[in-house]
Amino acid sequence: MKSTFRIAVHITPRKGLLDPQGNAVKGALHTLGFKPVREVHVGRYIIIETEAYDALAAEETVTEMCRKLLANPVTEDFEIESAVPA
Amino acid sequence: MKFGIVTFPGSNCDYDAYHAVTEVLGEEAVYLWHKDHDLQGSDVIILPGGFSYGDYLRVGAIARFSPIMQEVTAHAKSGAPVVGFCNGFQIMCEAGLLPGALLRNAHLQFVSAQVRLRVENADAMFTNLYEGGELLRIPIAHGDGRFVATTDVLDELEGEGRVIFKYADANGNISADANPNGSERNIAGIINEGGNVLGMMPHPERACSPLLGSTDGIRLFESILSRVAA
Repeated sequence: MKSTFRIAVHITPRKGLLDPQGNAVKGALHTLGFKPVREVHVGRYIIIETEAYDALAAEETVTEMCRKLLANPVTEDFEIESAVPA
Repeated sequence: MKFGIVTFPGSNCDYDAYHAVTEVLGEEAVYLWHKDHDLQGSDVIILPGGFSYGDYLRVGAIARFSPIMQEVTAHAKSGAPVVGFCNGFQIMCEAGLLPGALLRNAHLQFVSAQVRLRVENADAMFTNLYEGGELLRIPIAHGDGRFVATTDVLDELEGEGRVIFKYADANGNISADANPNGSERNIAGIINEGGNVLGMMPHPERACSPLLGSTDGIRLFESILSRVAA
């Protein structure tokens, strides 16, 4: 019996690659007075609700989605959060 | 020769390509709808510039899954010519037809400008009517044109003569100042291993008329004609 799970995915620029958006935000934070800021990286946060037999199966499916579409394997890393009942 | 120009939702340079092929080259061209599975007998496929699918998720990421891309990929695998300008290049990288990826310009600004390209390899299917080292005036218009790839891939591309255009200054130097978007090694255009797939950020289809400030793009199309007809 399948049920619906919700999984959050974080996609971030690969470490070491120039991240101009992160740098622009960092500059703005410095201007605002947040001088201690050392690094900022701007990525994407995607929430997926999907049917699956269990949480593990849902996580495996979303991992495959990340590999095939949600993240670019050349330039991005991804992490998925644990599946929770939607 | 018949050129097939793919129209994705959000393509906006398909007519420019059509004009260059039919009016300037005097060849036949058809528009190919992204939802179709039919190249209509086209010899050369053009993936035009634009903002396919609103650039959602990543530039080119969704267009890659358009139905017609199956036929375009098969066409490329068969050794037939496939070219992508601007958004077309971005789609090709996402589709795995070319290595690397195109990211947001390093300075974060959209750039619409006439730039200089240096011909790095004048033996390719797309450059055989240019001289090696020749400087071309071709426009760019993009916000996501920074070509990136791993060092291994960059070395391989350069070693195999697959970087065919680089951004250069007026003296032909490949300098940081001449790099409009922060691309690795000033790379503006590359070809695949088989030499039949070209992706480039600049727009040769918009450099085919004196009225537009340059005719340097014409020989790119003529190069394909001469190579494929030969």
